[in-house]
Amino acid sequence: MMAIQPVLLWSDLCIWLLVLAAVGAAWWSSRQPPLRAAWSRVARNRVGMASATLLAVFVLIGLADSLHYRPQLPPKAGDDPAKPVYAIEVLSALDVLLMPLRTKVEKTYSEPLATRAYAKEMIEIREADGTVRKAREYPRLRHGGAHLAADEARAVSDIALRCALALAVGALIWTGLALLCAWRVADSRGIAIARAWRQIWRHEEGPAWNAVLLTLAAVLALAALIAGPAGAYHVFGTDKVGQDVLYQVLKSIRTALVIGLVTTLVTLPLAVVLGIVAGYFRGWVDDLIQYLYTTLNSIPGVLLIAAAVLMMQVLIDTHPQWFSTAAERADLRLLALCFILGLTSWTGLARLLRGEVLKLRELEYVQAAQAFGVSDLRIIARHLLPNLMHIVIIALVMDFSGLVLAEAVLSYVGIGVDPTMISFGTMINNARMELGREPVVWWSLVAAFAFMFAMVLAANLLADAVRDAFDPRMA
Amino acid sequence: MLAYILRRLLYAIPILVGVNLITFALFFVVNTPDDMARMQLGVKRVTPEAIMKWKAERGYDKPLLWNGEATGAAKATETIFFQKSALMFAGDFGRAEDGRDIAREIRTRMVPSLAIALPTFLLGLLVTVSFALLLAFFRATAFDFWGVVACVAMMSISGLFYIIGGQYLFSKMFRLVPISGYSGDLDAWRFLLLPVLIGVVSGIGSSARWYRTIFLEEIGKDYVRTARAKGLTDLKVMFGHVLRNAMIPILTGVVVVIPLLFMGSLLTESFFGIPGLGSYTIDAINAQDFAVVRAMVFIGSVLYIIGLILTDISYTLVDPRIRFE
Repeated sequence: MMAIQPVLLWSDLCIWLLVLAAVGAAWWSSRQPPLRAAWSRVARNRVGMASATLLAVFVLIGLADSLHYRPQLPPKAGDDPAKPVYAIEVLSALDVLLMPLRTKVEKTYSEPLATRAYAKEMIEIREADGTVRKAREYPRLRHGGAHLAADEARAVSDIALRCALALAVGALIWTGLALLCAWRVADSRGIAIARAWRQIWRHEEGPAWNAVLLTLAAVLALAALIAGPAGAYHVFGTDKVGQDVLYQVLKSIRTALVIGLVTTLVTLPLAVVLGIVAGYFRGWVDDLIQYLYTTLNSIPGVLLIAAAVLMMQVLIDTHPQWFSTAAERADLRLLALCFILGLTSWTGLARLLRGEVLKLRELEYVQAAQAFGVSDLRIIARHLLPNLMHIVIIALVMDFSGLVLAEAVLSYVGIGVDPTMISFGTMINNARMELGREPVVWWSLVAAFAFMFAMVLAANLLADAVRDAFDPRMA
Repeated sequence: MLAYILRRLLYAIPILVGVNLITFALFFVVNTPDDMARMQLGVKRVTPEAIMKWKAERGYDKPLLWNGEATGAAKATETIFFQKSALMFAGDFGRAEDGRDIAREIRTRMVPSLAIALPTFLLGLLVTVSFALLLAFFRATAFDFWGVVACVAMMSISGLFYIIGGQYLFSKMFRLVPISGYSGDLDAWRFLLLPVLIGVVSGIGSSARWYRTIFLEEIGKDYVRTARAKGLTDLKVMFGHVLRNAMIPILTGVVVVIPLLFMGSLLTESFFGIPGLGSYTIDAINAQDFAVVRAMVFIGSVLYIIGLILTDISYTLVDPRIRFE
């Protein structure tokens, strides 16, 4: 057993803090009847539940990628055995799961599921009689289908067999999950499991478990088709430097989630505090805050981000002593990007909240509280904040998809995440000239766009469900 | 009306001063000019003399806010703040890293930017508004349902995909239009066709869905029921009543971007190799040309404020109830 040194990157800290906050918020809203009712309306929505399930899968992958460590290097002669040396490379729990994908690097491009390289090369071919001749051929890949040895034609049946096996495992897992779900429903409603099973698929009341189970079935089937051959082939092919595209796509998920979620850590406090204060106290406070957000708003977003990122880049480049590993530097740049995105995107929510507070503060119950001499802070916390929750929640889910899309564009422009950090944006940026090649190298682009599309679509659909459930005008 | 516009213009001054202060703080206080010089020169060539020379060439060797060594008014004017930030109000943006005058460059690059942005904007508005009207007209039918589904799917696709996919499909596979490039004369339409088309298509999803909600909200109102009860045809109600009244919320989002069309689109211009302001900005960002980025930030905010004022004026044109005193 090799010793490891756990590493807590700043973005890991933010992610786990967010998980903690989400658990806390869930517990708190389960005790608030209006919020509870709204969330159960979301749970009844089939599209909402399906997209929430898909997003949950993405979040699980992202969380597995947020447990970082540095492996111990094998001790060399002359090292002090009491002081182990750790690798400079920072790995995550996801990297351990994907070890074969990460380490099986080819020379350059290879098509999905290929056993031979993408371009011809001069190679030595050993004939049956033992003579060696040189020819321009597509060389065999180092890892893709290497276990087949000379029996290359078997690749198709081999892949099919691996897929079938994985599908069987997937079906087993799904059955287990479905039974667990039926048992929970039966337990909570006090009915037999068979009846609960029928109720789930008819879906007349309660959360839309049928949508959850169907989505899980689709996700598990897809995962099986990908994971089955992934051990011996490059399912999504390899990129220019021979790295597995599937590995990159899975690693990109965390970056997208960090951008989409951690940014709210900056946006939320700014927007809520400034929006409420401006609307509640009015007067010069209101003028000042309005001036602040009009000024920030008037700078075109991309340019403000560009200016801030450029300046941050200078700061990072001139202070290399702050970071002990490259991962830490890339991580800090990612966090700084979230911070900058947050600073430029709080204005919309703040303006909405200000408008709502201006309306709410004239209502009788607020005036009654004021007449009783209740302190301003207490009025805001007890009477205003709960009535603003729906706006905040709607804005939060709506922002997520926009931020994920923005990351790709910003990374393309060169003001996004660190070029060494794997993200959808850097994948697209590295692959953008590949469509011009002959034959076309399409797999990196298609994989990145497809995963990004799935994530953003799920987020958009969930946002719709949440808005329908929380917006009082929709009821 | 004139008094109102004047007041709005006066109100714009403190905002522009704020923008100016923010950019000044970002570019000169967060990092000193020495840091920028080190970055631009690269690690190998950094010597104190090289840094001094770099700063002197660009006028960054002056004090930040107050020059104690100068005399009279020069105490305030011979500073980085006055030379680099305050003079922007006079339209003097200084020189780019390649030595060209930024203001002049902006004037010549504005034309190609507009050549793409204006048709994209007008055509996009026409297409999205008519599509949204169609969806609202056939509300609660299968057409409406699948139309909204298509909108959500389209707004979930990355803008990069539209451009990369469009270039591959129309230029590489079908060879209908050149992949990229631009020409100054009438021949330019061949180069503009694809970027305009892509710009329109990529915008449909989110705006059509947004306009559809506005139309539906308007259709639920009493005056629409009255118009129907009078026996007007559905088409007359749609165009004569619903569309006219829905113009107000639509204008809020639309008019504000008109002046910003001058800035061009970063992505489209860089992918299609169009020598407009968008690609100018991207090049400046990649080359870390701080002077150009600073100028673009300033111009962008000026145009945004003009857009805000135009929005208010346009309200009076579409809504006779609104009067500015």
